[in-house]
Amino acid sequence: MTNSIEDLAKAKAFLIIGSNTTEQHPIIGAGVKRAVRRGAKLIVADPRRIELARMSSLHLMQRPGSDIALLNGLCHVIIREGLYDKAFVADRTEGFEEMKAVVDKYTPAYVAEITGIPAEDIQAAARCYATSKPAAILYSMGITQHACGHATVMAIANLAMLCGNLGVEGGGVNPLRGQNNVQGACDMGGLPDVFPGYQKVADPILRAKMETAWGTPLSDKPGLTVVEMMNAAHTGKLKAMYIMGENPLVTDPDLNHVEEALKRLDFLVIQDIFFTETAALADVILPAAAFAEKDGTFSNTERRVQLVRKAVEPPGEAKPDWQIISAIAGRLAGDKGSWEYDSSAAIMAEAAAITPQYAGISHKRLENGGIQWPCPSADHPGTKILHLGKFSRGLGKFMAVESIPPAELPDAEYPLTLTTGRRLQHYHSGSMTHRVAGLNTLLPEERMEIHPADAEPLGLADGDMALIASRRGQVTARVQRTDRIKPGVVFMTFHFPETAVNLLTIAMLDPVAKIPEYKATAVRVTRVRS
Amino acid sequence: MTTLTINGKTIEAPGGTILEVSQANGIRIPTLCNHPALAPKGACRLCLVEVKGSRVLQPACTFPISEGMEVQTESPKVRAARKFVLELLLSDHPKDCMTCEMCGNCELQDLIYEYGVKETPFVGDHHEYPLDDRDPFILRDMEKCIHCRRCIRACDEIQAVNAITMINRGFRSKVATSFDTRLQDSNCVFCGQCISVCPTGALTEKDSHGQGRVWQTTKVTTTCPYCGVGCNFDLNIRDGKVVKVTSNWNNPVNKGALCVKGRFGWQFLHSPDRLTIPLMKSSLWKEHKGTEGAPSRYEGFVEADWETALDAVAKGLLTAKSEDGPDAVGILASAKCTNEENYLIQKLARREIGTNNIDHCARL
Repeated sequence: MTNSIEDLAKAKAFLIIGSNTTEQHPIIGAGVKRAVRRGAKLIVADPRRIELARMSSLHLMQRPGSDIALLNGLCHVIIREGLYDKAFVADRTEGFEEMKAVVDKYTPAYVAEITGIPAEDIQAAARCYATSKPAAILYSMGITQHACGHATVMAIANLAMLCGNLGVEGGGVNPLRGQNNVQGACDMGGLPDVFPGYQKVADPILRAKMETAWGTPLSDKPGLTVVEMMNAAHTGKLKAMYIMGENPLVTDPDLNHVEEALKRLDFLVIQDIFFTETAALADVILPAAAFAEKDGTFSNTERRVQLVRKAVEPPGEAKPDWQIISAIAGRLAGDKGSWEYDSSAAIMAEAAAITPQYAGISHKRLENGGIQWPCPSADHPGTKILHLGKFSRGLGKFMAVESIPPAELPDAEYPLTLTTGRRLQHYHSGSMTHRVAGLNTLLPEERMEIHPADAEPLGLADGDMALIASRRGQVTARVQRTDRIKPGVVFMTFHFPETAVNLLTIAMLDPVAKIPEYKATAVRVTRVRS
Repeated sequence: MTTLTINGKTIEAPGGTILEVSQANGIRIPTLCNHPALAPKGACRLCLVEVKGSRVLQPACTFPISEGMEVQTESPKVRAARKFVLELLLSDHPKDCMTCEMCGNCELQDLIYEYGVKETPFVGDHHEYPLDDRDPFILRDMEKCIHCRRCIRACDEIQAVNAITMINRGFRSKVATSFDTRLQDSNCVFCGQCISVCPTGALTEKDSHGQGRVWQTTKVTTTCPYCGVGCNFDLNIRDGKVVKVTSNWNNPVNKGALCVKGRFGWQFLHSPDRLTIPLMKSSLWKEHKGTEGAPSRYEGFVEADWETALDAVAKGLLTAKSEDGPDAVGILASAKCTNEENYLIQKLARREIGTNNIDHCARL
């Protein structure tokens, strides 16, 4: 997030696109609701009538994968009607004319054709966002999990810059990060192209710095992403994998392919708290401590680094992941001693010394409360709002992007679009939440949401079992008929391994961000006779 | 600045209610309906104080200070009025503190004790409600409800859900969903904010009953393991086990609020399914040790000691590296693990294996 969670209370308007905030980020969702009740305007763009849509001034039900057209359409109207922040555009940005030239053709009528949203709603949304200041944009995986996810984020940034909503309280471009420490895992270099602190592995100066810190030459070749690793395992290029705290055999796209890939590995290590679906394929399984059983830090969606404190002992012989990693690395290293850490705090001290954004962060400081990075020195209070007065690159650059349709469009054989997501009561592959009895009571099984207009001709009644098939696989799920969803679209979550929706999804990747397109898969639905 | 006297002490304050100014100056005024996270309501009449010149006692929680005001918070008249309110509350409240989940952590019990209310002079009808255990997580014992409306206000002001309200009128008034349904049949999202503000045992964590009194548990503040919001909460520990999660009101991220997973989703920690010992594929064990090994509960796997398991991991990774190069190894870090652990595992990939094949489920 460019801004802070607390900041959202100051927004005069929200554009929430591709985020079912009250279910996925409930505390932020409640904050939005409070702000709306106090008078803030709310525009929701989502193919489903999510809870927030019920209290929105405008609900734009776009077709999955048409977000760029919508965002360009909003920019088009705002420019045409002269509602943009001319001073901000002149003083703090570049590339306006190029962007303007591209969005010129995205008239409300043209956008209505691509998105299925009435032209007058597009105009009303544009006026609402442009005339309520500050306005915050919130988005999540509904935006990024498309083959065009990276370009859509650019389109969001264009809209925010156009209206001068960056570097201001209550504004911003605010991606809501999905997992407790997905922000931190990225910050710490758990990515194939960057060292900790987003320092490029291909940059010789940065690499030399890391080589000095770690005392060894390092590879300059960016590595493979998750889905690329699965492909490499499938083709036999990748021979061994060490997987910590992940369950790709439920969470990754195109599961039949993933299973085949993992089976082809010569050696697979799983480090987890449960015997997951993926663990069943492992050669060695290492029992890890859960969050309450170890010390460390998580970084949240607003870049706040916070302490995780040990409260109980791990069960049996399970150990904190940091101890397991150190023990393995010590065996691999020539200098075993370099992997002996006496505490999690000592690891943070080492990481902070080479991660500019974390330079001023230590466990000791965090005892008094979390700190938002960038925090460049021990006396720096942290940063609540990014891009205040100046963008990190100097001028904010408008990036003109064209609408890109999903890789797999519905056709005669697979006439519906499946979009996947999450629900409040469960979490990811369910290895944690399925072991909480009350959560299973509240949401015992997967339900496929389908509009009555689509269900009727298929003879599907509420509660029927349906077979959902894509070009890659099939699953059966119970049917929930609801007009909350756009006709032509069906919705499922990936929380239930027994209804593994990722058997259906496509491993089509965004060319830059390498995110799979979970949000648009062409499927065919038929009734299962009982 | 406004100057006033409270209990004869001269105080300067920028403004606020008598309660706020008193609290800021270390003067305790008892309350039941007031809660720092909620707007003042003035429902319980426990915070009554004497304001010179005022005909009747005034509720400190809603009464604003003014220049020259003279306030008495502990005069005999004030204490008598509070005792009267407590006697009224006690006249229709179960006296089962011995078994009540909130014993020792109950604001009503504390005040009954403080004001020495042993008996109540009021006789009359008692509410008789069955214990409402129809829902997961939230147990409702409406006989213990004192109608402070904190739960209703939390559901409205913090969560903006409004699942519960006051139904009926007069003696029949009751905190419930519309038509008194189960919570799961209402728009309740089971955030448990209602429990976190309840001053008595009317609303409690169902799964924590009998697991430990407040003085038998210790609290450890930590960060939630679920979504990226990063809420803080207090794990309540007894005998080395988590027995409950309670709100931590001091955190800027969530200010005490939690969702159903954060507040109630901790039971997986003590699941019998937890992995407790390293496991190795039977054939791999035999290759390393030459024996059959100790069977595990998982088919095809034997139980291993840490040394053997870690040696096998190191050997497996090094074999791939030496035969096919460092890029034949792929490593997945985890968005569930700590920063320190993610730092270490990418360092392991880059420094010890020599590959940048390190990623995690950020995209999934």
